[in-house]
Amino acid sequence: MCTVCGCSSGPKIGGKAHAHSHAHAHDHGDLTHARTHEHSHSHAHDHAHGDHDHNHSHGADHDHHHYGQGAAGVSVPGMSQSRLIQIETDILARNNSYAASNRRVLAALQAFAVNLVSSPGSGKTTLLCKTIEALGDQPLAVIEGDQQTSHDAERIRATGARAVQVNTGKGCHLDGHMVGHAMDDLHLAPQSLLFIENVGNLVCPAAFDLGEDAKVAILSVTEGEDKPLKYPDMFTVAKLAILNKTDLAPHCDADLDAYEANLRRINPDITVLRVSARTGEGLAAWLEWLRAGLRVKARS
Amino acid sequence: MHEMSLAEGIRQIIDAQAAAHGFERVTTLRLEIGRFAGVEKPALEFALDVVLRGSSAEGAGIEMIDLPGRALCYDCGETVEIADRLDPCPLCGSGKIMPQGGDEMRIKDMEVI
Repeated sequence: MCTVCGCSSGPKIGGKAHAHSHAHAHDHGDLTHARTHEHSHSHAHDHAHGDHDHNHSHGADHDHHHYGQGAAGVSVPGMSQSRLIQIETDILARNNSYAASNRRVLAALQAFAVNLVSSPGSGKTTLLCKTIEALGDQPLAVIEGDQQTSHDAERIRATGARAVQVNTGKGCHLDGHMVGHAMDDLHLAPQSLLFIENVGNLVCPAAFDLGEDAKVAILSVTEGEDKPLKYPDMFTVAKLAILNKTDLAPHCDADLDAYEANLRRINPDITVLRVSARTGEGLAAWLEWLRAGLRVKARS
Repeated sequence: MHEMSLAEGIRQIIDAQAAAHGFERVTTLRLEIGRFAGVEKPALEFALDVVLRGSSAEGAGIEMIDLPGRALCYDCGETVEIADRLDPCPLCGSGKIMPQGGDEMRIKDMEVI
């Protein structure tokens, strides 16, 4: 269990430390607003795992409340000082509101954003560099998510594209808030492509909406045909799967049809493209998929 | 894996509710977690134990209510309940099913004093 992910050590965006109280409301609809956020961090909780009181209550048989006995939502008689507050709020409501704000900015710009998700080492950054080169003068920008280092943003910038690195620290995923700040820094041009390269992780990023138009799962042919079955959540939420490094398939006995069958078993709606970023095989179909996405945004 | 972030989201909601309703303490917190939500319940419980310290919900009883996984079968067209993500359609046996629910992560309600 990763007990530290997402907590206390705040993310760095473009090298600037960002610590947040999570208590401020802000609106990424204002594209000129940026760079000078003042935040205080209110989650300075200590992690003394091991010597703290582990106080679990599993519901029915503890000394205070006995919900299980009655209809849901009915307070227990004799506990008149207590009251029940109905909440019905999504735990990720705050993330989702940041994502919605990002989505409004992208819609106003008619920009098409993809959230690239995969295991570490699937070839996301190489694919992105080749994609940027092939797209020529198409306006685009990149948000690079990694726990540490700005290596990937530097690789992207070497192609001439604009890139912001977000270091999540201990965090295992990008969230809507981080992406909003990074978008502020990027000053996207109208009808841009925005590539958000998430932290290499096939689990956590599935749950966090960033405001993107599509999640694109990248899977390299060396990872095993059953990977979609092992990590179904990510492949369920992805619109497109790129089966990357197809040039290696003959060397590692990879069965590309089995990869596709397993992807479709998890997600019957998923589009699958076979690509080798190294040789350029299949790249044209991926570029066309991106351009089709841009056209849809331009019409809406 | 992201249970610590979820726990922080829960604390934000509780803090906002405390400010709005002016209660002293949360005694019981009830969460609804879908079967396909990707939440490891013991991990979330551990994270809440840490994150809720110093809040009005420190020490509160945590009840987690499982919500079933639902999926649409692309072959028979029915919405079915499935226990496991990789289960076939219980009606027609097809493997072409798409989750339609069960990814919920909600605070349902809480009892306060």
